[in-house]
This record gives sequence, structure tokens and C-alpha cells, in this order.
Amino acid sequence: MQKIKTFPKGGVHPPEHKLSAGRPIEVLPPGGRVVVPVVQHIGAPAEPVVQRGDEVKVGQLLAKSSGYVSANVHSPVSGKVFRIDKRFDASGYKRTSVIIDVEGDDWLPEIDRSETLVREITAAREEILARIQEAGIVGMGGATFPSHVKLNVPRGKKAELLIINGVECEPYLTADHRLMLERGEELLVGTRILMKALGVDRAVIGIENNKPDAIEHLSRLTAAEEGITVQPLKVKYPQGGEKQLIKAVTGREVPSGGLPIDVGVVVHNVGTTVAAYEAVQKNKPLIERVVTVTGKSLAKPSNFLVRIGTPISALVDAAGGLPDDTGKVVLGGPMMGKAVARLDIPVTKGISGVLLIPDAEAHRRPYQACIRCARCVSVCPMGLEPYLLMDLGVHERFERARDERVMDCIECGSCSYICPADRPLLDYIRLDKLRVGEMIRKAKQAVK
Amino acid sequence: MKEKQATMDKLLTVSMSPHVHHRDTTSRLMYGVVIALLPAWAASVWFFGWGALYIPLLSVFFAVLFEYLIARFLLKREPSVRDGSAVVTGLLLAFTLPVNIPVWILAIGVFVAIGVGKMSFGGLGTNPFNPALVGRVFLFISFPVQMTSWPLPKGFATADAVTGATPLGLLKEGMRQGEHVADMMKELPANLDMFMGHMPGSMGEVAAAALLLGFLYLLWKRIITWHIPVTIFVTVFLFSGLLWLIDPVNNATPWFHLLSGGLMLGAIFMATDYVTSPMTHRGMIWYGVGIGLLTVIIRRWGAYPEGVQFAILIMNAFVPLINLYVKPKRFGEVKKNG
Repeated sequence: MQKIKTFPKGGVHPPEHKLSAGRPIEVLPPGGRVVVPVVQHIGAPAEPVVQRGDEVKVGQLLAKSSGYVSANVHSPVSGKVFRIDKRFDASGYKRTSVIIDVEGDDWLPEIDRSETLVREITAAREEILARIQEAGIVGMGGATFPSHVKLNVPRGKKAELLIINGVECEPYLTADHRLMLERGEELLVGTRILMKALGVDRAVIGIENNKPDAIEHLSRLTAAEEGITVQPLKVKYPQGGEKQLIKAVTGREVPSGGLPIDVGVVVHNVGTTVAAYEAVQKNKPLIERVVTVTGKSLAKPSNFLVRIGTPISALVDAAGGLPDDTGKVVLGGPMMGKAVARLDIPVTKGISGVLLIPDAEAHRRPYQACIRCARCVSVCPMGLEPYLLMDLGVHERFERARDERVMDCIECGSCSYICPADRPLLDYIRLDKLRVGEMIRKAKQAVK
Repeated sequence: MKEKQATMDKLLTVSMSPHVHHRDTTSRLMYGVVIALLPAWAASVWFFGWGALYIPLLSVFFAVLFEYLIARFLLKREPSVRDGSAVVTGLLLAFTLPVNIPVWILAIGVFVAIGVGKMSFGGLGTNPFNPALVGRVFLFISFPVQMTSWPLPKGFATADAVTGATPLGLLKEGMRQGEHVADMMKELPANLDMFMGHMPGSMGEVAAAALLLGFLYLLWKRIITWHIPVTIFVTVFLFSGLLWLIDPVNNATPWFHLLSGGLMLGAIFMATDYVTSPMTHRGMIWYGVGIGLLTVIIRRWGAYPEGVQFAILIMNAFVPLINLYVKPKRFGEVKKNG
């Protein structure tokens, strides 16, 4: 048995509530009308290349990436473009979206839909990068950073290790867990593909040990694989954070303001890795993903393989319908997910879960005076002082907040979670970051 | 456009993440401290009789009452006495007093603790000094006679209380008269008696065993961390041990220093007061070292027999400075070259 690792500083352990862990991935067939936003990633919006009334097939390009840090968007369904219009997405803003009325399920012929596992990687490094970029793959753990950018190691840096993120440290979510159990073979080929793209001969799959079946399954599969190992990790949030995961696995610290590649590491989520397999070996763009639909009052917590653009209401209906006591709907996990005001929001590339929170747990308690218990300081995985950063935000002392390294904050929410006085620490830290970000941009412009 | 019915007939709550919260609240933590004080309270009743039961209750009553009145009528805001912090202050103050304290003196002490020590700075979270200790030191200076007549443990015996000096008081008095500490050690209570609490002293401080039980509870419930108490114990033990090794004739043993006076009560329950202690673990260690050193220095060379209360208050004053200079280790800190 391998030694169980974790990151040393900070972290919390919220109740796990992995209600849907035992439920195999179900395919949710497309239907009705889908809304496909042209921004589902960090970076420049993609530009629509279809028009109202166009007939589209599954996998056809809908919107073209408009820069290096940007991503293609493909049609997740076949049918007719109803219109291109602004629609609400998870951010709460209206975004340009391609709205398609679904007709049948007609795929582009060049996509290999067979279930045969293609082990042999014939594509060269450049080809892999091109395919992944073409397929519109972004970080599916939630960050939605275009994957080809992370795979293209900048000149002067060298990648030594690939870490596959199977941590899934957010409570409730089980999408990555199910993927590791059910698509383990594809995951490993995907890992090989990413290793080849990066030119590394070592990969570690990090999994928290609340998923012993996934650890065991992948350990068995990797036994014969040269260079790929499974690393069990202690259950601790936010271990799925890139910097925490690298620290846990390698002991290396990504420098403040730096990137994982600065310590020779690249991290990809398991969902992203499986998507890379499909893109390179099966010629399939990113048009569907696994989404956990869960909640304490939900009749049938589930994991669905669902087309991008499907309204979350369809997922909730398939999981037994919206419980009467629902007070809050969160896209993602309860620690970092976004609460949304409506259910007609489409599934996008970065949405890993739909969490229905009962009304009794949906509200914040009124906050009280800080008793300086120092819990926020001891749980902060970045070594910051949330109580101080909040105070600086309240008094608008943003220069000091910058000096206290507020920009290092990864917004994991551990401080707000632990605060016994229910203080909105992270809210004020976000304000700090916004203002400090403006300050930094202004300073840069002044230099130019 | 056809909308799903489920989407629109319901208003959803929207807020920023995180959407879950740890179960601990301020009042839960405060009542946790009260629970941790119960063994020492029980020991106190065992040693000092019914007085040790009702004086702390009275003290808590005064503390809650004064905080309520000050918040409502002077500060004109909604009193927050339910957070339990006034209960803790009242209890802790009572624990530092002799069981035969007159009630009117107790009332004055609680008033100073709550009114001056806490509410005058703005209430919970804003006071620089430990309120219970502010109250105790005020009484100690204002009513030296009543505050230093320590009843001997008599349990529930009905005979009139006999008072005597605390072990630390005996030690200081002996040293003043030029006696050798080594000779006096024989007359002082044995370590085991002191550990169990069989000695004169304030209500809550005598039973080290019971206080340590409370310490374990606080650690188990993660209400406090080990840093402050353990650092104080280690510092006092090492520093007094060093003095004792150098000059055993004129210094008490390190065990004596650990078990006598208010060290246990102070280190476990007073120095760890959230509001008046540092925010980082490294800061807590500096703070604990300071308290340990000052305690021994005052006990050995100061005018008072006991130094814990002053040591904690003095280090309270350094807490803002410690918070300013002792920062947590930042993740990914880039070492500056040159």
C-alpha cells in the first residue's frame, strides 16, 4: 500500500455527502432545444460560424476560437439553428449563444462512435496539440482554461511530470469518480496522449482515499503501465486545487504569481483527459460531459452523460424532479460552485454538478463580530490571513491588501466555511482582488 | 417560447460561495470553554464547599447582566449576551478569586472586567486585554487583604474557614526573610497534592489535574490548539529548571512552578482567550514564550508571589505587534535574492 499524501498547510473537511457515488453514468439523450454559449472557457469568446436556419450535425463547428487563449465550440446535437441570441449562463449574465432545435441524432461521419478502445497513439506531438485545440477542450474540473495552452510548454521551461486530477474534493460531486471507475482504460490512454504532448515520461493520478474503488481499479490498470502511478491522497479540501495537488504529490510549491510549469508540473482533470482521448483517438470534439445531479432531498441523485447546451432543468427532471423544499441551486460543488437564479441555464464545458440545496440550508446566518479565533488563518491553504484581508476590504485599504498577498487567494472558501461568527470573509477578499487587479492593470498601463 | 414550469414558479436564493458552513458558531465555542471548565469547578466545590458553587454562578449572573445593561442603555445596540462570552468571563474571573470573597467585591470586579475590560473597547472581539484578568488585577490592587486571604481546602466541613498563604505566597515570604528555598520546599505541599489541588488558592486554579482534563477537552473539540498552553508549560519548566540547576538553594523546582499558583488556569484558559492572543501559530509560540519567561521572572524577582496574571496582560499588549510581524508562511513565497 502506498503512503497517503496530502498538502501540509490549511484545508478543511466538510461533510462529504457523495450521494451519487454508487450510481453509474446514465446517458441522457438530447432533445428539445439546446443553448450553446460561445464563451464556455477562460479567454476570448469564440465567433459563431453558423447562421439562423442552418442545419447542423453533431460535432460540427458552431463557433470558431478567436485567438490562442480561446476555444472552439461544436454542435452537441443535430438539428436546425433556431437563432443566435443572448441567453443567461451560469455567470448570471446573458451571453451570445447558438440556440438549436434538436432533430434526431445525426453525427458527422468522421467521428468514431464505436466503443472499441484505441490504445495505439499514432498521432505525433504537434498533431495531438492540434487535435486537442481543434476539439475545443478546456479544463473540465471547472476552471475551463483552454487545454492546448497548458499542454504547450513555453520556451525555457520544461515539464517533468503530468498530474491527473482525480481528487474531486468538493462535497457531493461524483462525476470524476464515476469516470475513473467506468472509463479507466480511456483515461489511461488519454494520460499517455497528454504525456506525449508534454514530452514527459512520468504521470501520477491523484485520488482522495474516499474513493477506494477508483484507487484500486486504476492501480490495477496501471500496474502494467510504465511511468503511470496512482497516488492515494488524504481527504482534505481544497486538494483538487492545482497548487495544493502539486504540493501534495511532489512537495513542490508553485511560486506566488507563477504557474505549475514553473515547478515542472502540468495538471489535467480526469474529465479533460478522457476528452483528450476522445479527441485524438476518436476524432470527437468536446460536446458532452458527465454531470452529477445531487441534493439531500432529490429523489434520484445521479451522474449523467449529457450534451452541452442541455438546460439544467432537464437534468433535474431526469433525477426525479425539483424537490419542493429547494432553496438554492448551485452549479458545481457547495464550496466553489455558483448559485443560479434559474433552471433554464445550459450545461457548459465546466459544469461538473447541479446541487439542489434545501431551503433550510440555503441561507446564510447573520454575521457577528470577529472573535479573532484564528481559524481562518489556520485553514487558509495559501498561508494568508483572511480576517485581515476582510478588514482591509471593509476599510478600502487595497494597497495593504496587495502587500498582504491577496492575489494569491484561490477563493476556495475554507475561511468563510470555518468562521464561527459567519463572517463573509471571501466576499470581501473578492472585493480586494477586484480592486487590486484594477490597480495592477493601471500600473501596467502607466508603464507602457 | 415554452419554458419548463419548474423553472419560473419558484424564487431561488442566490449568494456567493461557499454554500455550506461548519457547524461551529461563536456561542458553541464559548459554551465549549464552559464545559472544559466544569472539572475544575467540580474540584473547587470538593475542596472549598458550596461557596465555590454559588460564587461563580453569581459572577456569571453579574457578567451577563452588566453586559446586557451596558449594551442596551449605554451603547444603545442589540445586546449579544447569548454568544456566551460574558458567561466565560464571569466564570473565569470567579475562578481567580478566593472562595470567601465578599459579594460586593465580586460585583465590582465583574463590573470592571465587563465594563472597562470589554465593553469600553466596543465589546466582544475588540478588547486588547483579557477582561477576566483586568477585573482580577483591579481587585488585587484595590482589595489586597481580601484578595490574599486564601481559605485552606476544607471540603464541606462546617467549621469556620481557616485561611493560609498559597504555596507561592509562602515561598515569596520565606525568600523575603532570607530563608533558603531548598529548606522551605520541605514545608510546601508535595507535588502530588498540588497536582490534585490540595492547597490554598483561588477557586479554579488549585486542581491541576482537573484543569488538564479541561485542556484535553478543548483540544479534542478543537476549540483551541496546543500552541499557547504547551509553549507556556515548556518555557516555565525549562527556565525555572535552568535557575534551579544553577542555584538549587535559592530556586524552587520546575515542578513546583508548573503546579503552583494560577499557571495551569492561566495557560489553558486565560492566555488562550481568542480575542487577546495572536492569530498565527508561530505568533502563539512567541506569545507563550513571553508569558512563560515573565511568569518566572515575576515569581522569582518581582514584588508579587504570582506572576501569571501580569505576564498574560503584558503579553496581551504585544499581540498587535506580534500579529503585524509574525505572518503565516505564505504558500509559494518567492525568496528575494540579494
